[in-house]
Amino acid sequence: MSLMKHSKMKYSKPIVGALAALALAVGAASALAADKVKVGFVYVGPIGDHGWSYQHHEGLKALKAKFGDKIETTHVEKVSEGPDAERVIQQLAAKGHKIIFTTSFGYMNPTLKVAKRFPKVMFEHSTGFKRAKNVSTYNIRFYEGRYVAGIIAGKMTKSNTIGYIASFPIPEVVMGINAAYLGAKSVNPNVKFKVIWVSTWFDPGKEADAAKALTDQGADVLFQHTDSPAAMKLAEQKGKFAIGQASNMGAFGPKAQLTALVNNWGPYYIKRVQAVMDGTWKSGDTWGGIDSGMLKFAAWNKAIPADVVKLAEAARDQISSGKLHPFTGPMKKQDGTMFLKAGEKISDRALSGMNFYVEGLDGKLSK
Amino acid sequence: MLKLELRKEPSKLMLYATPFIALGLTILAGLLLFALMGKEPVRAITTIFFEPLTSLYSVSELMVKSTPLILIGIGLALGFRAGVWNIGAEGQFAIGAICGSAGALYFYQVESIWVLPLMCLAGAAGGMAWAAIPAFLKTRLNTNEILVSLMLVYVAVLLLGVLVHGPMRDPDGLNFPESRLFHDAAILPILIEGTRAHAGFIVALIIVALAWFVLDRHILGFQIKVAGQAPHAARFAGFSDKRIVWLCFMISGALAGLAGVFEAAGPVGQLVPALPVGYGFTAIIVAFLGRLHPVGVLLGGLLLALTYIGGESAQISMSLPSATTSVFQGMLLFFLLAADVFVNYRLKWTGRAAKTSAALRQAAE
Repeated sequence: MSLMKHSKMKYSKPIVGALAALALAVGAASALAADKVKVGFVYVGPIGDHGWSYQHHEGLKALKAKFGDKIETTHVEKVSEGPDAERVIQQLAAKGHKIIFTTSFGYMNPTLKVAKRFPKVMFEHSTGFKRAKNVSTYNIRFYEGRYVAGIIAGKMTKSNTIGYIASFPIPEVVMGINAAYLGAKSVNPNVKFKVIWVSTWFDPGKEADAAKALTDQGADVLFQHTDSPAAMKLAEQKGKFAIGQASNMGAFGPKAQLTALVNNWGPYYIKRVQAVMDGTWKSGDTWGGIDSGMLKFAAWNKAIPADVVKLAEAARDQISSGKLHPFTGPMKKQDGTMFLKAGEKISDRALSGMNFYVEGLDGKLSK
Repeated sequence: MLKLELRKEPSKLMLYATPFIALGLTILAGLLLFALMGKEPVRAITTIFFEPLTSLYSVSELMVKSTPLILIGIGLALGFRAGVWNIGAEGQFAIGAICGSAGALYFYQVESIWVLPLMCLAGAAGGMAWAAIPAFLKTRLNTNEILVSLMLVYVAVLLLGVLVHGPMRDPDGLNFPESRLFHDAAILPILIEGTRAHAGFIVALIIVALAWFVLDRHILGFQIKVAGQAPHAARFAGFSDKRIVWLCFMISGALAGLAGVFEAAGPVGQLVPALPVGYGFTAIIVAFLGRLHPVGVLLGGLLLALTYIGGESAQISMSLPSATTSVFQGMLLFFLLAADVFVNYRLKWTGRAAKTSAALRQAAE
């Protein structure tokens, strides 16, 4: 850098002025024919994550298959949950999208801000809890699937040690660990969970490291609450089992995948876009479980004995019919305090704010 | 035969021409790339480089996006001039955001015009404190400031994570990792009604002017330049190395910290874990693209902001993949570094005749 010389250039006009002038000169953006319903999607990850964002994109494809020429879809991937989100959502709204799905928690406040400016555009925010007249929220009861998968894991583990790769200690993840543990414990009283927090939703390298650390500590079944198939691949290599997350990861672990909890957003997206077409769209909150078809299981691994499949299917069907709730009292927190009386089912409100481990889980939950 | 020949003196013309050459080559390579991808190449390029300039909203977003790049880029450029390599602006940015947000949250109930200035001070001080670590280790123990400042980025980002998951978390937010939304008193004034363009952009412009003045007219600027270009001469002239290192780290740390506060108190309006999105690293490209000159940094910041916003537009209107933006930024830096060869070298055509006669002469000897 020793050769950098000093400039004597002079700029007579401020840059901003020039930019603004150019903006005026070229004029406003083109308007589009408004016959088709334009549907926008904002993804936090790359579509190729084979997990969370990939499944939302599958939902987009289901929309296209259903409505064909009647709709036009747009998606923006890898939108960070920081300052960029609001601009992307705003751009979609400004470009005539009638309904916009923002598919990650961090988009909550940006979605609400843009929604205020575009009262005629409908917004759908996934996993959040703030709503407005034109902002709905929607999510899947993943914990139901984790409970069922926990039953399979609890039966399949030989070391009685189940590894769990967790992302962030938010209620969604905490209730997932609790539900998986409760499922496993219901069929195997000796089961132990080891949890590693990786502080990311998508980082194949970190996820693989965590998976390796867990198997080194004796875990022979892996759960994950992160999006890449890295843990599945490692389980396959090491001859262990794993539960696929968000999408069917069977291709990455044909022998390893016991089952996968598959997020099936398509039916919800079709319902909501149909409502926009019919003019019946209303703001609301949807938390769809197994019964809604929004949560599916990938085919059971052939290595699972028939009696275990039976147990899992029974639990699945009972949860679906409402007979069984994974969080039913008597139930204690890790510190021994009672939080559900005998026979009491947890409320959705308490569940969506869950910030403690249930009794029997080891390790401290970072708060 | 083409040959590179060392210039007697670095070419000033090339020094200022190379960013434009690099931009031109990037656009050409982009055209080729899009053609290979089967997308309309010309439309893609116009979408990325011109469409963002065609509406008031996207121009306002250009200001939002370029503000942190310019602020951080100015600080880094000063340091790079002096041969002080602060690579950890991203961490100073995060700490600045934390300290500024702490002010906003601590005075959550206070509606006073003093909240915002206090936040800015806290953010700048936080950035300086974080930058003081590599500066101290460099001047005391002669550690490599590149490594120390870079490693501290990860510490800072993790610290941000810990805080938004814990003490700074929104008490009514169902344990989700974000702070409360700041009160109006803690939000930067908006420049253009209905947009997110905030007062931070004006501050960035003032900083550009100040930096220009310091470098051009002030003894400090002279010392910085001499320290970078001729360290021995600087020492001989009695300029203290340590003082320069501290000075550069304090300035770049303060500016990065300020950029962090501006992001939290500007476009976002709360502290979120995803606040650091890489401005501290992109600003390195900005500084070099701007030839380490304040006005250049301003232009470089605007250009890089343009590629971000244009990349998003291209995703929305042409469904190009999101990697487009990073590819463009990478190409820009690549071509800039490649073209920089011509600052010190010139291309010389050595004809066949010249070569044969030289060979003949050699044979005769």
